[in-house]
Amino acid sequence: MSLTHLFDIKNVAKRFTKANETITIFDKLNMHIAAEQFIAIMGPSGSGKTTLLNMLGGVDRPSDGEIIYEGLPVHTLSESALASWRAQNVGFIFQFYNLMSMLSAAQNVELPLLLKKLSKKERKKKIDAALALVNLENRANHKPAELSGGQQQRVAIARAIVSDPKLLLCDEPTGDLDRSTATEVLENLQLLNREFGKTIVMVTHDPAAAEFAKLQLHLDKGEFVEGKQAGSAA
Amino acid sequence: MSLLGFIRKNLTRNKLRLCLNSFAIFIAFLLFGALGAIKNAFESGVEVAAADRLVVVNKISFTQPIPYAHINKIRSVEGVKHVTWANWFGGYYQDPRDQLITFAVDPETYFLVYDDIDVGPGELEAWQNDRQGIVIGEGIARAKGWQVGDRVPISSNIFSKKEDGSSTWEFNISGTFRPKNPQTGSNYALIHYKYFMETQIWGGDWVGYLPLTTKDPALNEPVIKAIDALFANSAAETKTSTEAQFNKAFLEQVGDIGFIIMSVVLSAFFTILLIVGNSMWQSIRERTNEIAVLKTLGFTAKKVFSLILAESFLLAFLGGLLGLLAAWALVRAITPLTQNFLPALVMGKGVFLGGLGFIVVLGFVTGIVPAWQAMKLNTIDALNRR
Repeated sequence: MSLTHLFDIKNVAKRFTKANETITIFDKLNMHIAAEQFIAIMGPSGSGKTTLLNMLGGVDRPSDGEIIYEGLPVHTLSESALASWRAQNVGFIFQFYNLMSMLSAAQNVELPLLLKKLSKKERKKKIDAALALVNLENRANHKPAELSGGQQQRVAIARAIVSDPKLLLCDEPTGDLDRSTATEVLENLQLLNREFGKTIVMVTHDPAAAEFAKLQLHLDKGEFVEGKQAGSAA
Repeated sequence: MSLLGFIRKNLTRNKLRLCLNSFAIFIAFLLFGALGAIKNAFESGVEVAAADRLVVVNKISFTQPIPYAHINKIRSVEGVKHVTWANWFGGYYQDPRDQLITFAVDPETYFLVYDDIDVGPGELEAWQNDRQGIVIGEGIARAKGWQVGDRVPISSNIFSKKEDGSSTWEFNISGTFRPKNPQTGSNYALIHYKYFMETQIWGGDWVGYLPLTTKDPALNEPVIKAIDALFANSAAETKTSTEAQFNKAFLEQVGDIGFIIMSVVLSAFFTILLIVGNSMWQSIRERTNEIAVLKTLGFTAKKVFSLILAESFLLAFLGGLLGLLAAWALVRAITPLTQNFLPALVMGKGVFLGGLGFIVVLGFVTGIVPAWQAMKLNTIDALNRR
């Protein structure tokens, strides 16, 4: 295991059983994710992109194999230990933002901080910083319904980074946005990778979105079929 | 926003649902508080009964008289401390609807047996020395605005006067009395037995019932057996019981008030349980995606379980405490109107604590299933369900 790797994925298999039929998503998948990398994973529907993302985030477990994060065998952790690990190390960004409709932007961003022992003042400082990073400081008190799709996704990004995780997992983050708004969101992600050293793994169908990543990987039938070291599109 | 703030936000997200659920719980606890107070008021006679006090009545029925001659015989029973006697007068003031519970009693011995009632020393002597004297409970004095020295006409809806056939006697208020235990009612009046028997049309050497005290509560059973054995096979057999048993039996003449009230309360609770439980379950079902997101953010399954259960408790406490508070206010408001027939109507600590217990049960029962489902929710499935 190389110490420069944030993640080491070794011989990972994922199988589902449906109606007495076993479906194999991966069989002996191997990959390494370097710290401060920005990877775009592409591939057709059903290729296992989101499943891989969920396993990296510890919300799903491999049927076989190992997932090592900075030397920690994440796949062996209990549910509660995994939840604590996620709270410390992982930020999730979803296609449909998944914000809580009854909370303001600031309160949505605050959610991960409720798990930490921080004073109100410390929480406020972190929320303000996260919202400022996505240029939404003036929308802090707006509810999701009062924000555009792009703004909502930026709130979701702020929520993902507010507790300062090393890893951001993005599942089709621009899938529900128009091109110009998607570009804004992707530029935000690029900024987080470039300036703040966040390791980003992004699943996308959109080749234009993938261009923003440093590395593009194509997944098909449970295997990486090609990889492309991309230059920044920005 | 604290975790409590987050729970509150979840609870108040659908204001109509919150209002309807809270209102349903509010009504259940209003009923619980008010009916609990009424139940306690009915049963207060049993609760406050003295341990060493017995009551002797005619074995056929307590409405049948007992010969006066029984008194001295009972006094001679081993273990008996004091004996007194009383007769129902059945009074009202001016209007038969304005009931005034009145007993004709022996002024010399009554307060020896009922030593848990305070009468001013001067007032007791004044009453004992005035055949037309009457002592009234302080509740009556307050309600009617009567004072010591007033002369008041009290009518009987059973007895008539020998002198003119009227049913109205005039009495001088000699004093007021107050029970040492505030739960005991003081909504009655006491007149002289002898004066009553001498002036009423039927007269006679009989009494209604005989309260007595024993030298030690441990002697109650042998004394009860001895008294009833003494009059066995006589023309007027007796039935002796402790005051608590007597009061309970008297209540049961009306019906099992406690059972009736508890049936109403439990029916209401069961209905509320179904309504609120279903509503909570529905509310959580609508939020499966959000619960999955919380889990991805690092909320443990136990934390999610606690959040949902806490929401359920918060809802139960919101409606329940308001309901209990409203019941307390309602009981306070109607107490002056019920002085004559439910003098001990108060929403006591017991009812309030019972209500708090039910709030906890309601919160737990309505929240446990949704909380369990949320805890067990498969994050992947919930996120894919969108």
